[in-house]
Amino acid sequence: MRGARVRAEADSAAAGPRAMVSAQDVHKRYGHDEVLRGITLEVAAGEVLCLIGPSGSGKSTFLRCINHLEKIHAGRIEVDGELIGYRERGDRLYELHEREICRQRTHIGMVFQRFNLFAHQTVLGNIVEAPVHVKHETRAEATERAMALLKRVGLADKAGAYPSQLSGGQQQRVAIARALAMQPKLMLFDEPTSALDPELVDEVLAVMRSLVDEGMTMIVVTHEMAFARDAGDRVAFMDGGVIVESGPPGDVLARPQHERTRAFLARVIDGARAA
Amino acid sequence: MKRIVPVRRHGLWLSSAIVIALLALLANSVWRNPNIVHAVIWQYQFAPAILQGLRTTVVLAALAEIIGVVFGVVLAVMRLSASPVLRLGSGLYTWLLRGTPLLVQILVWGNLALLFETIGPFRTNALLTPFVASVVALGLNEAAYMAEIVRAGILAVDRGQFEASMALGMSRAVALRRIILPQALRVIIPPAGNQFISLLKATSLVSVIAGGDLLTAAENISSANLHTLELMLVATFWYLTLTTITSVGQYFMERRLGRSDAGRQGAR
Repeated sequence: MRGARVRAEADSAAAGPRAMVSAQDVHKRYGHDEVLRGITLEVAAGEVLCLIGPSGSGKSTFLRCINHLEKIHAGRIEVDGELIGYRERGDRLYELHEREICRQRTHIGMVFQRFNLFAHQTVLGNIVEAPVHVKHETRAEATERAMALLKRVGLADKAGAYPSQLSGGQQQRVAIARALAMQPKLMLFDEPTSALDPELVDEVLAVMRSLVDEGMTMIVVTHEMAFARDAGDRVAFMDGGVIVESGPPGDVLARPQHERTRAFLARVIDGARAA
Repeated sequence: MKRIVPVRRHGLWLSSAIVIALLALLANSVWRNPNIVHAVIWQYQFAPAILQGLRTTVVLAALAEIIGVVFGVVLAVMRLSASPVLRLGSGLYTWLLRGTPLLVQILVWGNLALLFETIGPFRTNALLTPFVASVVALGLNEAAYMAEIVRAGILAVDRGQFEASMALGMSRAVALRRIILPQALRVIIPPAGNQFISLLKATSLVSVIAGGDLLTAAENISSANLHTLELMLVATFWYLTLTTITSVGQYFMERRLGRSDAGRQGAR
């Protein structure tokens, strides 16, 4: 199903190739509310990790820590070997200057649940915005790649449209193209299909599957169990700010070891049947 | 197929008739009033002194608006900053300049030499001519109002827009300039247009420091020929012209900014 791409063989860090994301004992609080309570995981280059779990379990928060949209309070996150958000000197971590954080983010694409396309710009404008104004590419260069990306997500004819003129599924495909325009090494998806009408989910998942086939490293927070099962290399189940269990989708989804995982999966699958 | 007869709205007809009658009375009271010497109006409507005053009013309003918008944006960003000192500074500024009469502020700027004889190496009176004092007073006052308008506009932009900008590696400054402010503009323009119309009329207050504006020009003439009301009507005509042009400009600006809305109703 996946062609020639390299798969991360096992769950453990040592077995995979180069680690693209490495999180160690990540903690995050909102006031006194500890939403992440020690997350440790690795994602190998080219690997696809699906994060599942009930709402409020901290999966989106963890995703947002990876590109420093949220600051972590303890632990460390590295992307492609580079510590995110901080500089290490001696036994201290110094917070990075905004310019450095921006540079780190240019390597990490993110797709949001609510698309967040720039409402005042056309589809093409949305895609060339960051390449032109962050990476300082020429407009011609950025436009050329934008058109190729639009063609790839099947929306070449919508280049001049405004986001408000598109369906949710089309908007999300543009959002993916916009993230890809920065040529990231890692893509983060925060419930990319949760805000979509059911009949629009597949067109977005199809674009995501094509990325998987290209070997993009991806972390996907999702409720789409079918996608997690057949596109993901690994599934991690989160609850209460910790990773309860993780492993190949066949194991976690079909033979969960923990009671909480079983209860969650039973609920989700019942919900899907009822719908 | 039976004909549909819309309900007769007698109240609407009646109230419309009353409005028309009142308008006719008003026009008549000005037009046919024996105490208004119409010849004086025609004589001064396009008189060079009046047109000079009109030009000053337009330049005054334009310069004050530029100061107001630029400084207003700075104040709004300060108000939304993470630093409590910047927030407080911006809040105090708005509190002071919105909380005191504009007339008082104009008098203070116009008489600043009484407070400080020199500003740095310059003599205050040489630096703050009545015109410069007028521009400063109006501009700084306008900034206090624009700050609130811009702040409301920025807050009206969905937070997701800012997050998407951050995720793409934009700095705060680039996100503000490229993504947030252009979208805030849609919310800012209607109250800002209103505010500019206020400013156009508020320029007349600088006549108290001989600001050389349209009203000053009209007053200078009327104090000589004693046709006070006629010259107020001359000035009124020009103020209405200016505010009308502003309203039309605002309409087209709003329409242009509304482009990205096209099909918002139809799309989902």
